[in-house]
Parts: sequence; structure tokens; C-alpha cells
Amino acid sequence: MLHLHAHPGPPHVSVPPVDPLAADDPQAADAVGAAGGSVPAVEVHDLTVAYRRKPVLWNIDFQTPEGRLVGIVGPNGAGKTTLIKAILGLTPLASGRVEIYGKPYAAQRRLIGYVPQRESVDWEFPVTVRDVVLMGTYGRIGWVRRPGRAERATADRCLEQVAMSEFAARQIRQLSGGQQQRVFLARALAQDAMVYFMDEPFAGVDAATEEAILTLLRTLRERGKTVFVVHHDLQTVQNYFDDVVLLNLRLVASGPVAEVFTTDNLQRTYGGRLTILEQAAEAVGRGEASR
Amino acid sequence: MNAESVVPKIAAGAALLGATGGVVGAFAVLRRRSLLGDTLAHAALPGICIAHLLLATRDLWALSVGALLAGLLGVVCVTAIPKWTRTREDAALGLVLSTFFGVGVVLLSIAQQRPTGAQAGLDSFLFGEVAALRGRDVRVLAVVAAVSLAATAVFFKELKLLCFDEGFAAAQGWPTYTLDLAVMSGVALVTIVCLPVCGVVLMAAVLIFPCVTARYWSNRLGVVLLLSAVLGAAAAALGVLSDQIEAALFTASPGGLPPGPMIVLVSGLFFAASLLAAPERGLIARGVQTLRTRVEVVTDHVLREMYEFGEETGGQANIPGRQLAARVSSDPLTLRLVLALMRWRGWLEADAGGTLRLTPSGGTEAAGVTRTHRLWEIFLVSRADIAADHAHRPADELEHFLPRTLVAELEAELARTGRLPQPAAATAAGHVPPSLHAPATTEDRA
Repeated sequence: MLHLHAHPGPPHVSVPPVDPLAADDPQAADAVGAAGGSVPAVEVHDLTVAYRRKPVLWNIDFQTPEGRLVGIVGPNGAGKTTLIKAILGLTPLASGRVEIYGKPYAAQRRLIGYVPQRESVDWEFPVTVRDVVLMGTYGRIGWVRRPGRAERATADRCLEQVAMSEFAARQIRQLSGGQQQRVFLARALAQDAMVYFMDEPFAGVDAATEEAILTLLRTLRERGKTVFVVHHDLQTVQNYFDDVVLLNLRLVASGPVAEVFTTDNLQRTYGGRLTILEQAAEAVGRGEASR
Repeated sequence: MNAESVVPKIAAGAALLGATGGVVGAFAVLRRRSLLGDTLAHAALPGICIAHLLLATRDLWALSVGALLAGLLGVVCVTAIPKWTRTREDAALGLVLSTFFGVGVVLLSIAQQRPTGAQAGLDSFLFGEVAALRGRDVRVLAVVAAVSLAATAVFFKELKLLCFDEGFAAAQGWPTYTLDLAVMSGVALVTIVCLPVCGVVLMAAVLIFPCVTARYWSNRLGVVLLLSAVLGAAAAALGVLSDQIEAALFTASPGGLPPGPMIVLVSGLFFAASLLAAPERGLIARGVQTLRTRVEVVTDHVLREMYEFGEETGGQANIPGRQLAARVSSDPLTLRLVLALMRWRGWLEADAGGTLRLTPSGGTEAAGVTRTHRLWEIFLVSRADIAADHAHRPADELEHFLPRTLVAELEAELARTGRLPQPAAATAAGHVPPSLHAPATTEDRA
């Protein structure tokens, strides 16, 4: 298991089943421990993404310590999803690099959990809820081998975490939006990661699911996981997150919510978009709100 | 050649072809690239003709290479046009498909005019030919089938992930580009190999029909693939044999029916049957479901209206049929069906004049239904802050779909908060709380 970093790509050595939320995952501890405790969980250096000649993200630079809930906030088209995809290596970088616990991303894939946007897949696809959650374990199973009893147990535990056990055998089309989101979360839990990236998990979910997701995020934080969440609702940023990354093609600001989530920064992030600005002002505090 | 002895061989070859096309095509369908095979097949025609004109041969290998090259060029065009011009993908598909096919048909007629061309029988590529399933071709087919089916079985997990969520697969580090390329190469290979049998025009059906049909019967990818193989094999075997069958039944000598269209016809039959008869997704099942729900809802309405009519008239339970129809918002046909069902269940009696009366068991049902409705209204008014005169509608919409356990919970909740209008002892089923609002007028219900 110590040879983990010698193998790039997903087909890592098989690992014994572990609780998806357990902090004492031997592999993760190894990968993390080797880097030392003070190394930031995520470090993004000078990241630039360009589609043809048009840059969509410019010189993004930030680092996040372990165990934080981080909101990625910005207007539509600010590059929030692109930032996540660039960090995960799904979009080619024009320049820059990403380090997870002090090592290049490609060597640390095993530490990453990913929740894509719900609309990114075809929910008519012939798979059951448990099938989808099992996909979270594929990365550590490696080529050709099928998920076994251990993986199924992991999947069932993860479904339990998001209160979806009773839907395990359902075809995914038969779920509500909030339930679909929970399935995606369970799949990310099954990845048994240290750093999670979630693309708008709160979008279009019912109040109960929003509450459930929030509880889950906090549980993850308690266990020392770091979670990045693309988020739209400025009203809830202060309540939900420890840190915030304010984005509008460039990095406007990043850091603890208390320091960074200010009217001034929001104005810079959202520019002239007045309705959103008003929302923001309201969110930042009624007394301080400017007009 | 003795027709009797080749029939099993032809059937086996066709089944192999159909199964492979079904399974490989399923991945194209699930990757939302259903028309890839269609483009390839149509674009292959000019390649076949050019290969024949240049090399003056009808050697299948040479023609297949020509087909593959032209087909791939067609696919490249379909991908490149939307990327570099402002044309959308569906339009690009139409353009490329028809252009290549047009060129192919022109070249075909040129080739046909040459003495070698007529003998080569290139026109059989249009709709396919059973003769292509004899001898060496079947061996090629067998190899392609074995390789693609084995690859599907071995890399099932990887292919499933790729098809369902490419982004997630890439984030886990799977080489999605390579996997995708492998899948699409498989589609291309199968298309080219099947071309001589199925023909360029209807090749797509061999790839698309089995998966789409199988999807009606299962929600599991493994089962869908297996069914695709079976359906594809059956359709291809029956389609190819149709010629023999027709010959045996009606005419003396075979040779009339082209296999391509026959395979499509059989596939279409399978599809139509599934569309109608499949459980859960089929039209019949869905129609029955809808009707059943509607009957349940209208039955509840009738019961409640009759109960409330009894309340309004002070226990007098006879209601003229016409008056009931005015109170229940339902189309006359459903209402008639519901009343017939209620009589059949023994809940309702009618006299010759069309006056309806609840039987004792019908009365109990009616009290139960009314009770649930009113409990919901009370709940909605007290909990969800819905005005009393507006509670009727939402309560009405919800209550027909409530499981009994939820009703019990509702009662418990109302009892706990002291809102159940009677002491707990009196809440035994049968006790109906008074209505929250004045009985709705007839106009309200229209």
C-alpha cells in the first residue's frame, strides 16, 4: 500500500473496505501523512484556463487548509464549474498547477471525491441507485475486477448516510431531484476521499435535502475532510461555509468568510448586476447594506 | 448449393450479426451517438464504389477497406462541421449523410454501366444480400462478434461508467478518451462487417432497435445488453430467413426479399410489441395505471359527495344520479364506470328511476373517505396556514395517494396537538369530524 504514489491513474491497489466517513483510512492517512500536517489540503497556483483564445479563468491562486467547508461563489459564467473541472483535470490548463496535500493532482486522485452537476448525466440510463453509488468504488477496484461484497457493503453504508437505503434497488429515473442529488453524494462518499468537490449540490433540491446535505457537509468537516461547494445562494454563504472563494473569471478574494465575504468584495465579484448585488448587500448585513 | 443445407448456417451467421450489432449498438445509443452507425454506413457507399472502380474487384476485403475509409471521413465531417462552422450537429448530420450517399449512388450507377460492375452486384450493398452470409464472410463475422462481445463482458464496469458519467470517470482517472475511442471503433467495425448483409440504407436499425426495445423490459444495464443481443439475433435470423420462409410458403424459388428491410421489419415488430405490452413502461400498462388512478380518485369523490349529501339533507341518502353527476367533477364515462364498479362491490344501489343509495358497507367506506379528507383539511389549515376555504383543493389532490400509515400518523399528530376535533376515544374509524367550511356549492365544483 506504500507504493500508492508510484501508480498514476485509477487502478490502484485494492484496499480493504473502510467506512466512507472514517478518518482513519490507512491509505488516505498514508498519502496525507507523508505530506505532513501543515501542508494545505488544496493548493491552486496560477491556474489559467482558456477555450481557444478566450480565457475563462485567469491566474487563480489560493490555498485551503484541511477540514474546511469552502463555498465557491460568483455570478453565472464566472467560471465556477470550470474551476472545479480544471482542478480535477477534466479541462486542460493553459497554465498553472494544482496540488493536493502537497503532491500533484494526478498522484492524489485517490483522495478526491467528486459530485458533478445533476444535469450532467442521463437519468434515464438503465442503472439502479446502488449501481450508481458503487461507481464511487470503481477507482480503487481498478481494471476489469467487479465490485464485490465489500464494495456493496460500502455502497449500502453510504446510501444510509444520505437516508436513501430504501431506494437502493430503484431505477434512478424514479427519484426526485433531491433524491438524485443524494445519490450523487452517496457515490462521492463511496469514493472515500479526503477532499470533495461538489458542483451545485444545493441546486433545485427540497428543503429536507438541503438540510441533509448541510448536515453531511458538517459531518465530513468534523472528520477532517475538506469540501469545496459551488454555491449560488448568497443568503446562506455565511451560515454554511468557513471559507469562500469569490470568483469572476479572476479570483476576487479567498479566505475565511468573516474576512472575505464583504460588501466590497461582492460588489467587485458581481459588478453591475444590481439585483444580485442587492441580495448580497442584504446577506452581508442589513445595517451595512449600501445602495 | 442445396438450399436445405445452407439455411441453418445462414441463420446462425445472421444471429451472430444481430447479437453483435445489438450489443455494440447499445453503447452507441447509451452514449447518445445513435446515428454514428447510420452516418458510417451511408458514407461508406462511395468508398465501396471507388474501391471497386479503382481496383476492378469485388473482393470483400478491398471493398470493406474502401467502406471504412469513406465512412470514417463521413464521421470526421459530422464532428468537424459543427465545431468549425455555425451549423448545428443535426443539420451537419443531414448534410454529410445525404451528400455522401448521393455521391455513392452516382458512383454506383457509373460502376453499374461498366461490364465488370454489373456482375459485381454492387447494388446489393444498398439493401443487403443473404448471399453475403456464406463461406468466408461468416468467419470474419464470427471473429468480430467474438472480440466485441468478449470486450463488452470484460470491460463491462468501465463501459458502464463511461456511458453513464464520463466526467466522473475522468475525475477518477479512467482514460475516458481511449475507452470512448474503443467503443466507437467497435461500432465502426461492426457496421462495416454487417454492411454486405444489412445494406447501407438500413444498417442503423440493426444497431439502434435492439437496445431501444430492450430498454422497455429492464432497468439494469447488464440485462439490457443481454436482451439486446437476443433481440438483435432473433430479428436478424428471422429477417434473413424470411426469404426462405416466404419461398416455402408462397412461391417456388427464393430470391425476392432483401434481408436488410426484412430485419428492420422484424425489429420494428419487436419494438411495437414492447411499446404496447412491456410492463411498467408499455403503453397498455401506463394506460391501465392512469385509468386505475382516475377511477380511485373519482370513487373517493363519489363516496364523499354522497356522504355530504346525506349530511346536508339530514341523513336522507337517496340522491338522483343527475344531481350526483353535477356534484362530482368527472367525465361522464369515468363516472359511469365508477358507479358500475361501486355497484359491483356492493357499495351502491340504484332504483329504476336512477336514484342512487349507499349500502351499509358503502356508507362505511364513504365515512372513512370523508373523514380522511377532513382530517387533511384540518391539518392543512392548522399546520400549513392555508385558509379554510382553500384547504379543500389541496386536501383533495393529496388524499387519494396517501398510504394508510400516513393517515394514522396524521391522526396521531392532530390528536397530539389537540386539534383532532373529538377526544381520542372517539377517533375510531367511522367517526367523521364536521366539515371546516360551508358545503361547497355546485358552481365551486364545476
